[in-house]
Amino acid sequence: MANTSGRVLGVNGNMVTVEFDSAIAKNEVGYIHVGDDRLKGEVIRINGNTASLQVFEMTGGIRVGDAVEFSGEMLSVALGPGLLQQIYDGLQNPLPELAKQCGFFLQRGVYLDAIPNKDWEFTPLAKEGDQLRPGDTFGTVPEGLFTHQIMIPFNLADVAWKVVSIKEKGTYGVRDTICTVEDAKGTRKDLSMIFTWPVKKAIKLYEERLRPDETLVTKIRVIDTFLPVAKGGTYCTPGPFGAGKTVLQHMTSRNADVDIVIIAACGERAGEVVEVLKEFPELVDPKTGRSLMERTIIICNTSSMPVASREASVYTAVTMAEYYRQMGLSVLLLADSTSRWAQAMREMSGRLEEIPGEEAFPAYLESRIAEFYERAGKVRLRDGRIGSVTIGGTVSPAGGNFEEPVTQATLKVVGAFHGLSRERSDARKYPAIDPLTSWSKYEGIVKQAKVEYARNILRRGNEVNQMMKVVGEEGTSVSDYITYQKSELIDAFYLQQNSFDPVDASVPPERQKQTFEVLFKVLATEFDLEDKKQVRSFFNTIRQKFLDWNNVESGSERFTQIEGEIHALYQGKQRGVDPDAEQLI
Amino acid sequence: MQKVYSKIESIVGNVITVRARGVRNSELAIVTSQGEQSYANVIKLDDDLVSLQVFSGAQGISTGDQVRFLGVPMRVSYSENLLGRVFDGTGRPRDNGPSLTDNMIDIGGPAVNPAKRIIPRNMIRTGIPMIDVFNTLVESQKLPIFSVSGEPYNPLLARIAMQAEVDLIILGGMGLKYDDYLFFKDTLENSGAMSRTIMFIHTASDPTVECMLVPDMALAVAERFAQDGKKVLVLLTDMTNFADSMKEMAITMDQVPSNRGYPGDLYSALASRYEKAVDFEGAGSVTILAVTTMPGDDVTHPVPDNTGYITEGQYYLKGGRIEPFGSLSRLKQQVNKDTRDDHRALMDGMIKLYASYKESLEKKSMGFNMTDWDEKLLKYGRLFESKLMDLSVNIPLEGALDLGWEILSDCFEPNETGLKSDLILSRWPKKLNN
Repeated sequence: MANTSGRVLGVNGNMVTVEFDSAIAKNEVGYIHVGDDRLKGEVIRINGNTASLQVFEMTGGIRVGDAVEFSGEMLSVALGPGLLQQIYDGLQNPLPELAKQCGFFLQRGVYLDAIPNKDWEFTPLAKEGDQLRPGDTFGTVPEGLFTHQIMIPFNLADVAWKVVSIKEKGTYGVRDTICTVEDAKGTRKDLSMIFTWPVKKAIKLYEERLRPDETLVTKIRVIDTFLPVAKGGTYCTPGPFGAGKTVLQHMTSRNADVDIVIIAACGERAGEVVEVLKEFPELVDPKTGRSLMERTIIICNTSSMPVASREASVYTAVTMAEYYRQMGLSVLLLADSTSRWAQAMREMSGRLEEIPGEEAFPAYLESRIAEFYERAGKVRLRDGRIGSVTIGGTVSPAGGNFEEPVTQATLKVVGAFHGLSRERSDARKYPAIDPLTSWSKYEGIVKQAKVEYARNILRRGNEVNQMMKVVGEEGTSVSDYITYQKSELIDAFYLQQNSFDPVDASVPPERQKQTFEVLFKVLATEFDLEDKKQVRSFFNTIRQKFLDWNNVESGSERFTQIEGEIHALYQGKQRGVDPDAEQLI
Repeated sequence: MQKVYSKIESIVGNVITVRARGVRNSELAIVTSQGEQSYANVIKLDDDLVSLQVFSGAQGISTGDQVRFLGVPMRVSYSENLLGRVFDGTGRPRDNGPSLTDNMIDIGGPAVNPAKRIIPRNMIRTGIPMIDVFNTLVESQKLPIFSVSGEPYNPLLARIAMQAEVDLIILGGMGLKYDDYLFFKDTLENSGAMSRTIMFIHTASDPTVECMLVPDMALAVAERFAQDGKKVLVLLTDMTNFADSMKEMAITMDQVPSNRGYPGDLYSALASRYEKAVDFEGAGSVTILAVTTMPGDDVTHPVPDNTGYITEGQYYLKGGRIEPFGSLSRLKQQVNKDTRDDHRALMDGMIKLYASYKESLEKKSMGFNMTDWDEKLLKYGRLFESKLMDLSVNIPLEGALDLGWEILSDCFEPNETGLKSDLILSRWPKKLNN
């Protein structure tokens, strides 16, 4: 079938209207011929025989009457072995390759193969005559740390396909035909290791979606204990500029206990991506002893790159995440920042002259955000294995005010909210997650009731602190003052974490549980302290002990020694134990 | 194709439309009206209806005026001849020199490939202690100077232009008062810095559209000089005027405003300019310092707010000084470890003491008794403000660090400073007279 062609009718920013001659589909990709360049665009509106194309490049130089060629395919990404360790732009153009070809600048209209031409060691799993459905594995190749499954392309019709021929174990190019299948009608398909999938369509080739009930360990205390994230769950991190969103995401991307991390740098500073690009190959993943880069894919569409591909970049990222989930792996997708993605939608909506919603965001903002986060999930695949996609998105609210549409729409659909506060970051209390306003619906690594008890102390401590600002320390009772000091202790010892200290930078769950137990005993203690001076001096001493403890390696002699000292300290002043807490111990 | 069109269909704000075929998007045109010529560029195509934005404004344009398309986008000349010259937003000379048309380059070019960027590693010395010591400016950094109208931000920029250790200064003025333009010109000429400076100046009385071109012109030239190995510092003042022109244009074109009247692409528009800051491996670099005035001293106003999300820190100019608390150079960690061994410790220590001074000052103003410690802090604060914070101070980093130790030893005993003992041992000034 010959592809549809058309010609340019008008240009407005990066929106091009095109008159076409036969059938085209919404979200189909078209190329505008400008001189020798072919500029990629996506159909986002069709009206009669004119279509609106959102062009992923700068539109300077386009003329009315320029030829347009439609590809017949929706905006897709290539999936196959070799995705890991890559650095892509929002349209899956490999940036290092592009740099080799075009130098310093991103030349428009250059589209390279997303998956490098490489040979892989193929091991067939299916044999001739097998009946397979899309998503079923017919062979494997080793990709770094993982066994990469070669599956029947998801885009084939969802019927049984009979394996007609399959290559023997051996080394084949990634684009070689390694298997041929046919359906009941005798239609044959030659399969390589690569196939494509439209980015805006969720991959749903699993048996059932499960409740996200397993904690995703990030080795960040305030998250794992107080505000946990679950494998297959979603969370968001809104915060004003300078509150440390990106630093927090980088910490997570390093330490998260998942198989694969996909970083989607969407409309943010290029410099921050560079840090990841240069650091990750050097950093060693403690779990595997290999370079962190081996489990990472970076999708990088920074703020100065074309807006329309920024809109596509989060979908590109989530599609790759779903692809690896299909192999029974756990994948973490970090999107920084979803506000920039929402702004890209707003720009497009404005050009389409749609009726604007709040703050000129399009009316479908909420449903798009919900759709995106709903692509996360823990699933049981047809062969019984479990895979998961977890999505964490930062939000950059205008003026640091969470009452804006993107934050609010996101809060409706996520399972955990880590709100960063300017106050905490100004006081250099990192990570600057506000423990009182943030919440999580997932289960953490420490028993819920104990965490609730600690959170209650934080809440009451905060109230006492507010009160003290009015009536002064003199007007506060000793017991209130103790509560305040307890809350300060939780904050200093447990909530804050020094990402520059080799020990404190990542705290494994066992250590979190152990240290939280000790902290909990202190919190539960009713103290025999007479006046505020005594209280202050006692808590100063014990806090210092706790802080030292944070920098000592687990299992070392010093570690046990400090633990003993802490026990001795609070037991020396113990009058009793809070009955509410006693049941929990 | 040099066909002349002489029927203008509509004139709205600064935008005119003509019916023409074969016109390219973003192409430049010349509109001749009453004997005067003005540039205009194509901003929208709708079949044969071409919308053009007239740079000098549409005032006085008649429906019978002539429009001639040039077939090329907006460009600027690039050569050594630009040095020491002053241009307006469209690249016409503002001084009495000849107009330059050789070696034209496109403005608003493509973004730098992130894979080609490198981690910043060189500091730019400015001779201003509040920058060099406390919030070091780094090559390829983009930093705004947040300020309220009335603060001496232009004198500060002029100082930086004179003192900064770079090869080339490009000054982009947007909505400048004519006096300020003359101030820059005179100061740089008198100091001899003009010979390494290029100015693109839009004054408040010039057409709005030209204001929007200034950053693109300045940055396009800067980028080319950087590729040719030059270390370029781009000074922009004032980006809020740039954003306001964007707002004006967007509203006259019936775009839906998003926040306080600003168009929805404010962030992208600012980012695509700021992200031109880059360090080319094996060549030069572009560093951007841009004044952003905050209407009503409100940092949550859309312009400073969006800027904060884009830039790598900010300088707050308050009360004629660079405020040490709100100001932040996110890249300073990359360079201040290699300057001098006491740089980081002294920077942190002095700021902590300055914070204590502020507390003592507050206590004093509320009428509390001053302890000896408070008196020491008050003395320290006064010295700190007059010797280091004053914008007219011009000393190299090492001198500023030495001066820092000097001030500390004038006010405190070594153990009161909270600095590490080994540093004190090696750096504490030995006084002969006590």
